[in-house]
Amino acid sequence: MAETTTLLIEIGALLLGMGLLGRIAGRAGVSPIPLYLLAGLAFGQGGLLPLSASEEFFEVGSEVGVILLLVMLGLEYSAGELLTSIRRSALAGLLDALLNALPGAALALLLGWGPVAAVALAGVTWVSSSGVIAKVLRDLGRLNNRETPVVLSILVIEDLAMAFYLPLLSALVVGAGLAEGARTMAIAVSAALVILFAALKYGRVISTLFSPRQREALLLGVLGLTMLVAGVAEQVNVSAAVGAFLVGIAISGPVAEHASELLTPLRDVFAAVFFVFFGLQTDPAEIGPVLLPALALAIITIATKLLTGYLAARRAGIGEPGRWRTGLALAPRGEFSVVIAGLAVSAGIEPTLAPLVTTYVLITVVTGPLLARLPESPRFRAALRRRMLSRDRGAVPPRR
Amino acid sequence: MAVRIEQVDLPGIGVRHDVLTETGRRVSVLTHRSGERTLAVFEVDDPDSCRDPVTLTDDEAEALAELLGASVMLGQLSALREAAGVYTEQIVIAADSPFVDRRLGDTRARTRTGASIVALLRDGSVVPSPGPETRLQAGDNVVAVGTRTGLDSLTRIIADGAN
Repeated sequence: MAETTTLLIEIGALLLGMGLLGRIAGRAGVSPIPLYLLAGLAFGQGGLLPLSASEEFFEVGSEVGVILLLVMLGLEYSAGELLTSIRRSALAGLLDALLNALPGAALALLLGWGPVAAVALAGVTWVSSSGVIAKVLRDLGRLNNRETPVVLSILVIEDLAMAFYLPLLSALVVGAGLAEGARTMAIAVSAALVILFAALKYGRVISTLFSPRQREALLLGVLGLTMLVAGVAEQVNVSAAVGAFLVGIAISGPVAEHASELLTPLRDVFAAVFFVFFGLQTDPAEIGPVLLPALALAIITIATKLLTGYLAARRAGIGEPGRWRTGLALAPRGEFSVVIAGLAVSAGIEPTLAPLVTTYVLITVVTGPLLARLPESPRFRAALRRRMLSRDRGAVPPRR
Repeated sequence: MAVRIEQVDLPGIGVRHDVLTETGRRVSVLTHRSGERTLAVFEVDDPDSCRDPVTLTDDEAEALAELLGASVMLGQLSALREAAGVYTEQIVIAADSPFVDRRLGDTRARTRTGASIVALLRDGSVVPSPGPETRLQAGDNVVAVGTRTGLDSLTRIIADGAN
């Protein structure tokens, strides 16, 4: 068979399989991300049926997937929303970073993986999946709830923090000595700041490049600009993902709305390819040894997210049940954790990182949405009511 | 009358407006970026959580708003009746009225009688604050506010275009 023919057959079969998996996930009401990762595991190195011809396609496709994930994330937010979120929830964001990055970093150091891997794993455990969480909140009809802005502000701050974290990580991963590392990092962070400033200040000008009415021209134009900026950002070690995110923030108004409508199907295809590719790179045989650490990490970081959300909601004046809803909703990790791990793995800093993160994301992305439903269960409500009652009783001064 | 409305931005999703009622309840309207909107009422025993969010189409939201607006307006009109010397009256446009299919402005109601036409009731719905270009139809119920004499002469004008 000619190579292109094999390529078509492999890609076709895999995409079709992913389509069916996506349908199953939709039926079961869960995120398809874990299923895509599993599909990748099954077909990758050491899997059931290694692919031969299409590896390169999936590699390029996954690169495009990351860029599309991030540009869409940027399109979701306007510059004003970013600023108000930071002003209002900076403290919650800081608490979130501390409580959730530390367990990851600690585990990496415990496993003797060195400081760079520690920074990478810290990022993996820090960021929640805004995509999964937004979907869960919508599905559970909680968008009108009073605690929802607390959840969303934390997500916004995490996403924005990625604009600084990712270039920092890429600089670290490139390594090259302390002085050289500091230099690349300085370049990376200042480049991110410059692009962010340009996006905030001249976003409207950039948007006038495009017309929301011409679909084809808009699609090509936004896609082109995104990939161009992503490429240039990668060139100066800012990481393509951050370039794409900043392009998304710079585009605003009706152009942003129409562009995100047009890009969504593309994003869905290539993001799925990205998850499969991450799975492809992981050898399923390596999952066994990391299962326990991954499980422990998942349990600890679900608890720290719960605490983060609980405290943030309490600060915002939300009642007891709402605080639990906030904390439990924040639990799932997802696309961003995989992006971070992908960055670290492709630089070859720690081969065991990939199976660990795959397992970790599999656990949290499946249990997260289930945990988010917990506050609705009658048993949970009853337990909470008892807790609140006993606390109220405790507050009453004892009778003489 | 002061009503407490809270506005909250939901980054990436839209804007939420809550109306806090005197009875201590919270009614919330979430306007999504996509233009869709959801109406929800907050629970009593868990004041941060909403119950049964309802998604409304443009038409449904408009119909609901008109319904609320009309009921408020009719309430205010009946309250006016108690004010000294000012009355509200509903005048039906008869089929033989000279103003059928003519513009409201042609009646020159306010200049000639001092009475104001504040609404039209037509086919069971309300046209609030009709403008001078609004066309009158046979069977329209004109809601007018004015003094006794003003309303009487308005009734005559509408009936036969007198004076």
